[in-house]
Amino acid sequence: MTALGGPDELEAQFAQWRHYAQRRPELQQSDAEELEDHLRRSVDELVAAGLHADEAFLVAVKRMGSLDDLSREFAREHSERLWKQLVLTGEADSSVADTRSRRDLLAMVVCAAGAAVSIKVPELFGLDFEDDAAFYAPNVGLFTLPWLAAFLAWRRHATKALIGVVLALFALGAVAANAYPLTDGSQSLALTSIHLLIALWFVVGLAYVADDLRAPRRRMDFIRFTGEWFVYYVLIALGGGVLTAFTFGTFEAIGISPETFVSQWLLPCGAAAAVVVAAWLVEAKQSVVENIAPVLTRLFTPLFTAVLLAFLVALGVTSAGIDVEREALILFDLLLVVVLGLLLYSISARDPLAPPGLFDKLQLALVVSALAIDVLVLLEITGRITEYGTTPNKAAALGENVILLVNLAWSAWLVLGLVRRRTRFEALERWQTGYLPVYAAWAWIVVLIFPPLFNYL
Amino acid sequence: MRVTKDLVAASATPMVLGILAEGDSYGYAILRRINELSGGELDWTEGLLYPLLHRLERLGYVESSWQSVAGERRRKYYRITNSGLAELAEQRRQWDTVVDALKEIWLGSRDSRPLIAIPLGGRA
Repeated sequence: MTALGGPDELEAQFAQWRHYAQRRPELQQSDAEELEDHLRRSVDELVAAGLHADEAFLVAVKRMGSLDDLSREFAREHSERLWKQLVLTGEADSSVADTRSRRDLLAMVVCAAGAAVSIKVPELFGLDFEDDAAFYAPNVGLFTLPWLAAFLAWRRHATKALIGVVLALFALGAVAANAYPLTDGSQSLALTSIHLLIALWFVVGLAYVADDLRAPRRRMDFIRFTGEWFVYYVLIALGGGVLTAFTFGTFEAIGISPETFVSQWLLPCGAAAAVVVAAWLVEAKQSVVENIAPVLTRLFTPLFTAVLLAFLVALGVTSAGIDVEREALILFDLLLVVVLGLLLYSISARDPLAPPGLFDKLQLALVVSALAIDVLVLLEITGRITEYGTTPNKAAALGENVILLVNLAWSAWLVLGLVRRRTRFEALERWQTGYLPVYAAWAWIVVLIFPPLFNYL
Repeated sequence: MRVTKDLVAASATPMVLGILAEGDSYGYAILRRINELSGGELDWTEGLLYPLLHRLERLGYVESSWQSVAGERRRKYYRITNSGLAELAEQRRQWDTVVDALKEIWLGSRDSRPLIAIPLGGRA
């Protein structure tokens, strides 16, 4: 063997070298092994020529050249390794990772199939997608999200207690969706449908952070997960749209109308299964592909800031009041959601220790201009409500507006502190992750308390 | 004397295929053999050899297999395939043409152009 005095020490040096080599995406494990064998032969020869083991190691490593140069040469031959490192199954380097990804794939297929079947089960009881919208609209999350939660809880090895809580919350959601006499087309039905989805998404979040419920880092991971999941879901939906178009085109060309198949099977089952598939993709590619949501944030933060500032200037110049109809209120709610999203996803990708930069100032400008616009809208709407009385829609929109306003106002303060180097970035992160239960609580309030409060209007 | 990078790169494939045609081998031994053949003049690096071996494998000129040596350690051996032998023959034909032409210029016309006779001893 290569040993001359310090075999253990030499092995440790080899281990360290192997560790560095394996961190290179260009070098697969088999390449690292091949190179290590080369290194060992080189060391053997130098030792035979009379060098000490540690000297021989240094010389051999030096001869091989830096890992940077080596990786660059490998990348020229294996450029694909820098691209598609998300292998679906098999081909993984180690057999442990391989079995794990296989089991993940199996669990995903089971859960996705479960979601796809669940969405069709009500049909056995004579319900129909088109005629029974009053049933499907509030219940759609209950058919799909439990499967997603199950997949995540399985991956995280959630405790029995947590699984119990998650199940209880889904049951509560089922009661809220079906116990109240909400009629087709009522405001409360629409409100329940939207807010139950939000509430249940946070239940999914509970399953996501199963391994560490209180850790802000895990909650931030859930925010990242949500953003990536959304991006993947949209991509899958686009692919599904292409598939649908071809299904229609090709079958109609031979005189068969696939309309029933598409609207009754392909769309609902595909949409339900995609909920789980998107989550699996996010989990599987977590460490191999750069997150896309923060990239989009970087692109759109300056653009949104410009639009909001332009809007404020135009409002000041024309001195026309904002025409606050219900749609306008919802529009401004959505605007705040977008601004909050831009803030959240740049937080999620920011290096906690980085000094404040231009982008942080830009973000401050974005949040402050959104706040200024929102205060104007709020003044207008409270005037209206005191004048004409309220409806469930107005009350819900107003409540959301206040919640977002509070969050953004304090965020603006923290970002200001960050820019002036008074507060640390961690405070902002902690504030955002700590605020998550507020959204969940409000969604449950709208689902559970609003319908009786407004007489199921 | 150092052979330029371009020339090393151009001759790399026939060199490796030629060595493998002598018998199965592995990376370290191939480098040693090249060193030996060129008297240490050819400056080959690991970054040149291993990606080249992988490319030849992708093109089907060589195939590889892991064999265990010295207990639990494994070593990747390369073997030339039939299409690799065909490629070697083709490369050899081309190199022969080039080498013959160069010889013709340098040696065949020595009498008529004594002024640019090349000192074959080199600078090293």
